[in-house]
Amino acid sequence: MNNRAKRPLKLLLIDDEKGFVEVMSKRLSKRNIEVRKAFSGTEGIQALRGEDFDVAVLDLKMEDMDGLEVLKIFKAMVPQMPVIMLTGHGSEEAARKGIRLGAFDYLTKPCELEELVQKIHEAVGAGR
Amino acid sequence: MRNDPKTRNSYYSMLTRKMVLIMLLVSVIPMLLVSWSILYEFRTSYREKVFDHLCELVQKHTQGIDAFLKERLADICFLAETFGFEDLSDESFLRERLKTLQREYGPVFVDLGVINAQGLQVAYAGPFRLERAIYSNARWFKRAMKTQYFISDVFLGLRGLPHFIVAVRESWNGKPWILRATIDFGAFNRLVENIQVGRTGFAFILNTNGKLQTKAREDIFRDTKTYMSLLKQTRSQKDRMTIFEARDFSGKKKIYVSTLLKNGQWMMVFQQDAGDAFSEFKRTRTTAIVIILLAALAIATVALIMSKMMVDRIARADREKERMNEQVIQAGRLAAIGELAAGIAHEINNPVAIMVEEAGWIGDLLQEEQFQNSANLEELKRAVDQIRIQGRRCKEITHKLLSFARKTDPRVQDVDVNELIKELVRFSEQRAKYVRVTINTRLQEDLPFVRASQSELQQVFLNLINNALDAMEKEGGTLNITTHVQGDYLVVEVSDTGPGIPEANLQRIFDPFFTTKAVGKGTGLGLSICYGIIKKMGGEINVRSALGKGTTFTIMLPIGPRATSAQSGEIQNTSSPKESYHE
Repeated sequence: MNNRAKRPLKLLLIDDEKGFVEVMSKRLSKRNIEVRKAFSGTEGIQALRGEDFDVAVLDLKMEDMDGLEVLKIFKAMVPQMPVIMLTGHGSEEAARKGIRLGAFDYLTKPCELEELVQKIHEAVGAGR
Repeated sequence: MRNDPKTRNSYYSMLTRKMVLIMLLVSVIPMLLVSWSILYEFRTSYREKVFDHLCELVQKHTQGIDAFLKERLADICFLAETFGFEDLSDESFLRERLKTLQREYGPVFVDLGVINAQGLQVAYAGPFRLERAIYSNARWFKRAMKTQYFISDVFLGLRGLPHFIVAVRESWNGKPWILRATIDFGAFNRLVENIQVGRTGFAFILNTNGKLQTKAREDIFRDTKTYMSLLKQTRSQKDRMTIFEARDFSGKKKIYVSTLLKNGQWMMVFQQDAGDAFSEFKRTRTTAIVIILLAALAIATVALIMSKMMVDRIARADREKERMNEQVIQAGRLAAIGELAAGIAHEINNPVAIMVEEAGWIGDLLQEEQFQNSANLEELKRAVDQIRIQGRRCKEITHKLLSFARKTDPRVQDVDVNELIKELVRFSEQRAKYVRVTINTRLQEDLPFVRASQSELQQVFLNLINNALDAMEKEGGTLNITTHVQGDYLVVEVSDTGPGIPEANLQRIFDPFFTTKAVGKGTGLGLSICYGIIKKMGGEINVRSALGKGTTFTIMLPIGPRATSAQSGEIQNTSSPKESYHE
């Protein structure tokens, strides 16, 4: 626990909704989580090639790539990194598929920040 | 879309008329043709039969009369040849001979006379005072002198009574003499009079001048022309029978059958009213026509009734089709609206998420020291909270919309029935509150999955819940939904405390278009669709109801052999992600 307080968690946030990514990164930073912003699936994959992350938050509905495809690639690249999915309501089916593919959990948008932060800590805790 | 009822009614009545007409054409016309040809054939053969019969009759009698005349002539010949002029000139001997003849033949011979070459009747035996009468100028005498045998026409003669003469010429000492006999007119007449057929058939004899040789039952001389032409025709035919049809003076159709007799000097005529001769045929024809008319009437009635019934049915089918069309359009419209709403809801989620997060960011910033002394800090915090709360409301609204308007998905998958029911109850709660209905659920935990289309099952349960709410709309009540496992089936019960369903309606409740709701409110399709979906899955849907107490629908969904518990299924799926994904 101490360790985590000292070193901020590194989080990869992938969502093509720019406004959402911006405000989330600001808010998460304030909660000692360092956010690497990615605005598309491709960008997220590139980011993952360059550095390591403690956790990834992935929107399942993006314009360039299906979130589940991105998830599969993530799981192939770094299987141990937990992934939390964001979905719109009504696409829980996709989210459930995501869980079968190895995602940690999912949240429906719009979600409470506190909920997300809690999920992140759970995911990192479980991963370690 | 809807036609004006007036044009529609006229269309249906035109259809009825057409059908009636066609049915009549194809049934009555052949019937009439067949009847007509049968009657025609019958008439022809019947006429032949009647004519044959009449000809035979006339011929027989003609031969009889000819024979009668010849016999009488033979009698006289015999007398003349046997006894000679001298014996017969003795009146008492002649009287003896007359008596003998009368004894033998009855009163056929009226008298006998012996006439010498000068025309003087030298001897006479008979009832009249004709002794020594002089016939030298009489026509019959002149003609009798010319031939050996002679039979006269009927004439009045000296006695002033109708009679005719049979005469034979002999010679004595080189001088001719004549033995003549008078034939009783009455006796001869009876031979002809006896020919009677039907009411109007009778016979008579005419000579070549058209003079009656027997009594006729009717006054025939008003139709002289007819008889003269008949005579002409008969004479040209010689020995054969003549059949002749003509109208008499009063316009009545008559049949004449005639033939010659007495070596062509006389003509036997038989005549009868055609109506009388063919009376049997006419009776048959009348009966046939009555039967045909009755049959035609029956056919017409049946055609009318059947056409009416069929057109009624067509009209009903048309109305139903129209109603269905309207429903399909309505359903399509609803689906379009639903999709639109879902799209909008989805789009709205993103900006709402950003707004909520931005508000959260403001909240985060307000925590910083520089704002702690601000006079409006509390007010700002409250405003930010409000944005968050209202944002959450937006989320709830869009979630409800989306969960309902999700595209129908007929794909069969593992469905968690409990989860589905919970979702539907959440969705229906608002309406339930409005109609004062409490929804209670008692769902057995760890239910197995059911292989089904999520959206179809959703439709079934939503339908049952809505029906229950409709039933309790007026009084309020309780809606109980329970799930449990029974053998190979997962059983869902949806029961309300509404007014119940009468026995009569209960049997038709799953019929398409059966509805007790007001026109325009219910389609009558809901339960029949439910029935179809459940049956397709291999399940059962049953209903029981008690008036005044409520109604319970029981749905039994088969648990397939592949099915696993919802919970354990999830665990299993997480442990072997790849396999599960590819299934």
